[in-house]
Amino acid sequence: MDLTETGDEEAFRSEAREWLAAHVPASPLASFDTADGFEQHRAWEATLYEGRWSAVSWPAEYGGRGANYIKWLIFEEEYYRAGAPGRVNQNGVFLLGPTIMEVGTDEQKARFLPRMASGKDIWCQGWSEPNAGSDLASIRSRAVLADDGNSWVINGQKTWCSRGAFADWLFGMFRTDPGAERHRGLTFILVPLDTPGVTVRPIAQLDGETGFAEVFFEDAVVSAENTLGEVNQGWRVAMATAGFERGVSLRSPARFVQTAERLVGLFARSDGRLRDEVTAAWMDAEGYRLHTYMTVSRLLDGGTIGAEASLNKIFWSEMDVRMHETALQLLGDQALLVPGAPDAVDDARWLDGYLFSLSGPIYAGTNEIQRNVIADRVLNLPRGT
Amino acid sequence: MHFAFTEDQLLFQGAVRDLLAKEFPAGELRAVWSGGPRSSGPWAHLAEMGVPGLVVPSDHGGLGLDEVDLVLLLEETGRVALAEPVVETAAVAARILPDVAAGETMVAIGLDPAGPCGPYVAFADIADVLVLQAGDELHAVPSGDVALVAQPCVDGVRRIFSVSWTPSALTRLEVPPGAAAAAFDRGAWGTAAQLLGVADRMIEMTADYAREREQFGKPIGSFQAVKHLLADALLKLDFARPVVYRAAWSVARVADAGDIELRARDVSMAKAYASEAAVRAARVALQVHGAIGYTWEHDLHLWMKRAWVLAGAWGDARWHRERVAGWLLGPPPAPAVS
Repeated sequence: MDLTETGDEEAFRSEAREWLAAHVPASPLASFDTADGFEQHRAWEATLYEGRWSAVSWPAEYGGRGANYIKWLIFEEEYYRAGAPGRVNQNGVFLLGPTIMEVGTDEQKARFLPRMASGKDIWCQGWSEPNAGSDLASIRSRAVLADDGNSWVINGQKTWCSRGAFADWLFGMFRTDPGAERHRGLTFILVPLDTPGVTVRPIAQLDGETGFAEVFFEDAVVSAENTLGEVNQGWRVAMATAGFERGVSLRSPARFVQTAERLVGLFARSDGRLRDEVTAAWMDAEGYRLHTYMTVSRLLDGGTIGAEASLNKIFWSEMDVRMHETALQLLGDQALLVPGAPDAVDDARWLDGYLFSLSGPIYAGTNEIQRNVIADRVLNLPRGT
Repeated sequence: MHFAFTEDQLLFQGAVRDLLAKEFPAGELRAVWSGGPRSSGPWAHLAEMGVPGLVVPSDHGGLGLDEVDLVLLLEETGRVALAEPVVETAAVAARILPDVAAGETMVAIGLDPAGPCGPYVAFADIADVLVLQAGDELHAVPSGDVALVAQPCVDGVRRIFSVSWTPSALTRLEVPPGAAAAAFDRGAWGTAAQLLGVADRMIEMTADYAREREQFGKPIGSFQAVKHLLADALLKLDFARPVVYRAAWSVARVADAGDIELRARDVSMAKAYASEAAVRAARVALQVHGAIGYTWEHDLHLWMKRAWVLAGAWGDARWHRERVAGWLLGPPPAPAVS
């Protein structure tokens, strides 16, 4: 155990800090859930890519720095400290990218990864369907291999596709063997959203912006070269992604450390109420940071992350809600003012954050499902029937 | 930056776990609880392995290791609800009375009675030496020179006492300034480590029970209401662990005044998290066990009560959270004068 940074790590931190200080936009970009904001964020991804900061943990050949998980956490800390823009291509860089590296062909790696890292292709997820939410294995959208074997013909509907309104590509699971047991018979396919027969309908979220979309497929023809992993092995491929998503990459601790620090700032400007809650927020963010450093150290030692990733997901998502609830209580009469209101504090950033935090216990597997996973696979309790 | 234990540290943990499972099974704990004689086995074997003097420099007869090496072992002593003052001896006294701690001596600790530790001294009946605070001074008092009044409490094994004694030049220890504060932090941290083991054992016991006990024709562990109680208990424990391990690092590496401040902060986080995790685990364990867990006959209460007393010892979660608040936010506002 050594909880001090190595010289190499310190140098990496300094390099990131200096680059970010020189490049982070002086004023915040528009929300990436608006058409203008989306393109602003795409341009920012390109800027990151030019500095080789868009995917620091990727190998250099795809535009990364080959940084290990510790350095990735260090970069994230500097990123949030610098107040840099949100990552519009999070789904691609942190979820799909690692999966392509794990199971993709060389051709797929060369074709998708650099365009992903540079923001040329922005990705959305296609997991949920109207009747497949927590019960993800009940996916019904069909993909049928055309007679020549070179393309899929897709029919069905995906929904709650985050960033779907403006994204270029969708990745998701489609049923390819209706006769198989439900977890089998699914295939992971990459779909260009400009394919004829694909219709994207944006869905307004709680904040009124179109953060997600539903996507309809009517005889949409997609090249069989876009199959990721083996046919009918999509569940296994997706679980690799989902484990990584819940486990480490989805919400780096730096985000919550920053929220806790902002909360301490808000407390300092208020009347001394909620001392215990503000302290709890800081302690939880610090606890999550320590927990993450322990997880990635285990990974670096050759360990794996499995069902215990569900513990992480519950912890950060519920912490995020609590921190924002505390902030809104401190703001009192100004708490529920929306952006643009004359008295809104910090342009209603806390309310925005609160609305977003409420999605945390739902997306990436509801926290109820996560608790089942912990009970079944970490505590080895009998499966429910 | 590498936040993991070495293979040697994990092997040592495994050895202590195996030893204690053999030397101090639940039946022994229950026997001591009922006033039966304490077997000298567990402590003698721990001493043989060098646990009490683990952090004592090797030229004083110890192993010359540090708190990061010790933390997993203390966790194991919590797992079996050990009946001896291992935190007091190995985590606290070893840095104050190195020559004593490197042997088989047991030490009890009584810090400022008006402070967060409160007025009672645990293990005063079985300790050979008591380290007691008087003002800014620490004294080492042989057990024959104190008068004890038992304060029977809910844990029948970790017995507590009011202690009467007289400080003298002969008992006074030559210790650096801040020794009492350091002793407090070490005791709170060591207790936090034990609480991890206590909580882990209760969760394990309860998951075992939920797999076996059937109602409505199936194991109760297959019901979501039960699954979620246990998952929440595990969540609290899993997030307490790194905080306690980091505190071990901070306790081991105090070089200057800034480090002392961070040690206090990190120890308080650890004690708050571990206390809350153990109390939660106890509550869930009792609920899932149902009526059988409410009986004297079932072993659960032996661990549950240990969780309660350790959660309250060396400052409870509330006290430690307030200490973190002081570091983070400054002193609390003065109460309004009416």
